Amino acid sequence: MSEPVLSVRNLRVEFATRRGILRAIDDVSFDIARGEVLGVVGESGAGKSVTGSAIIGLIEPPGRIAGGEILLHGKRIDNLPPEEMRRIRGRKIAMIFQDPLTSLNPLYRVGEQLIETIRTHTDLSPRAARDRAIELLSEVGIPAPEKRIDGYPHEFSGGMRQRVVIALALSAEPDFIVADEPTTALDVSVQAQIIALIKRLCHERGTAVMLVTHDMGVIAETADRVAVMYAGRVAEIGPVRDVVKHPLHPYAKGLMGAIPTLEAEAERLTQIPGSMPRLTRIPPGCAFNPRCERVFDRCRVEKPEPIAPDAATSARENLMPGHLVACHLYAAKAGGTP
Amino acid sequence: MTEPFIRIRDLKRVFDVSRPWLNRVLEKLPKAYLKAVDGVSVDIRKGETFALVGESGSGKSTVARMAVGLLPVTSGTVTIDGVSMTDVKDSAARQALRKRIQMIFQDPYASLNPRWQVARIIAEPIHAFGLLKGEAVEARVGELLTLVGLHPDDGKKFPHEFSGGQRQRIAIARALASSAEFIVCDEPTSALDVSVQAQILNLMRDLQKEFGLTYLFISHNLAVVRHMADRIGVMYLGRLVEVSDSKALFRAPRHPYTRMLLDAVPDLGMTGRQRQMVAGEIPNPINPPSGCTFHPRCPLANERCKREAPAMIDGVACHAVEERRTAP
Repeated sequence: MSEPVLSVRNLRVEFATRRGILRAIDDVSFDIARGEVLGVVGESGAGKSVTGSAIIGLIEPPGRIAGGEILLHGKRIDNLPPEEMRRIRGRKIAMIFQDPLTSLNPLYRVGEQLIETIRTHTDLSPRAARDRAIELLSEVGIPAPEKRIDGYPHEFSGGMRQRVVIALALSAEPDFIVADEPTTALDVSVQAQIIALIKRLCHERGTAVMLVTHDMGVIAETADRVAVMYAGRVAEIGPVRDVVKHPLHPYAKGLMGAIPTLEAEAERLTQIPGSMPRLTRIPPGCAFNPRCERVFDRCRVEKPEPIAPDAATSARENLMPGHLVACHLYAAKAGGTP
Repeated sequence: MTEPFIRIRDLKRVFDVSRPWLNRVLEKLPKAYLKAVDGVSVDIRKGETFALVGESGSGKSTVARMAVGLLPVTSGTVTIDGVSMTDVKDSAARQALRKRIQMIFQDPYASLNPRWQVARIIAEPIHAFGLLKGEAVEARVGELLTLVGLHPDDGKKFPHEFSGGQRQRIAIARALASSAEFIVCDEPTSALDVSVQAQILNLMRDLQKEFGLTYLFISHNLAVVRHMADRIGVMYLGRLVEVSDSKALFRAPRHPYTRMLLDAVPDLGMTGRQRQMVAGEIPNPINPPSGCTFHPRCPLANERCKREAPAMIDGVACHAVEERRTAP
């Protein structure tokens, strides 16, 4: 396999608050290859968005990256001076946010915003930049782009605005895009269109995407690999089909069972008792242990590291390589049997 | 057939969205109206869950608000257990009916008064209807808290001390405080995380079984609706396009819009599936398309669809279905 576009190694993000230091991201590692979509799921407070912000260097004080490294094409970007990071952001790494209305300036025409972005990152003439902007708008599926380019954001519907935001993100041909809940504010029929668009662009251009969402369905449709986060740590990471069909981590299992689906005729949904702990009160050992049905002594004292599950489990579930789970149940010499 | 518990007939709601008078005069603009709900008729039986689904702007919440009397109707009738909610003459009977109707809102952060202790929030309907007095109120609040999976001592806390899921439990406890029989749930779990959503949906089903509650359940999430509803009404631009038994709707959707909606749901089981994509978005309701309002997005539309609004026949309002032009 070629070198990953983006590598995150043992990332730790901390926020200093009055109540003490709050660890929002604790020892998170993953790689994203060219043309790959990595889905990041988890519930509110799991650290999905903070991971995205850390990658694009937009963690606001009192938050700070307290450890680990972020590499883009093998070069560290987490310790760059703000001026250099600003050049990378937009050109190499772009971001798509949840609410398209807040990521566009309501006072400027869509075209002006696109042209400004294109000219910041390339040395095209104003004319050529305008042509490029029209090209981008048509690429993201906006009908009559040569007319719509002179419209203001409020003249676009929600789905069309999100397309404009995607066009903005693509304007400098970045290698890597962080998409933070790109479809959450949209209706299902529009959501399906946007998902298909992100997927198509990613495959055509070889852009790597980190797709942050709480919607497992969106991940199942879009992502190649998925990371399930819980309380600032990666609980499970692997190829999307494996994680969706054969989740290993008790939290991932519970999460999949909790989602009502169109096919299943479930009388009751699986219920995970309790809720995610506050970040100031993460229990020792495995953060999930107070809610876990399969908890044993080791879970209460030792934090599990992401490991490949033991050979027996891998064979039984027919798992693909690259499936890691942070759970003591799957350690080779486990205290319990999975 | 016996009289349905809730009977909604030809319900309409029009909002005046005209520009201010001076602008209209100067710019020679006509008055503008938005038909949020345009002729909705529904029967809900006692003890069942009827769900309304549809995309934003389809009028589901407006129907719900009119059904409980939070919003006056423009025309049409709502009758609950034989008492009209819309006829002024029935006001005395309606007052007695009020305590049997409650509502659960989408945002549990906005629907609870942050300055009130939880016990006072839950006791509000009890006091408002003068159901109990003195210590009996406290006992009843404790009982309600236990019922929704909280501790009686939680009554002394304030809403900010609870998580989103717990707040929604408090909202449910409040809805049950006056022994309501009909509860309108407007997107009760959309603001919650999936594992918490599962807890709330399970709780709502348990309570329905225990007390024989009737739910009018509003959601845009089809999977949630499938899990909760006995019957489903699909709305598009203020009209019902299909009403069907929940199982039948998911097994064999008939209206092209319903099919499109079902097709658009990203689903866990279908990793890697290719699907039919329907272009376009819900049009502006101020200026809806002629005839069947879905025709610009409909793969089966023909001349008649552009001209003539389809009537609801046997649970579907669609010319293509009526003329058997749809592939089964």
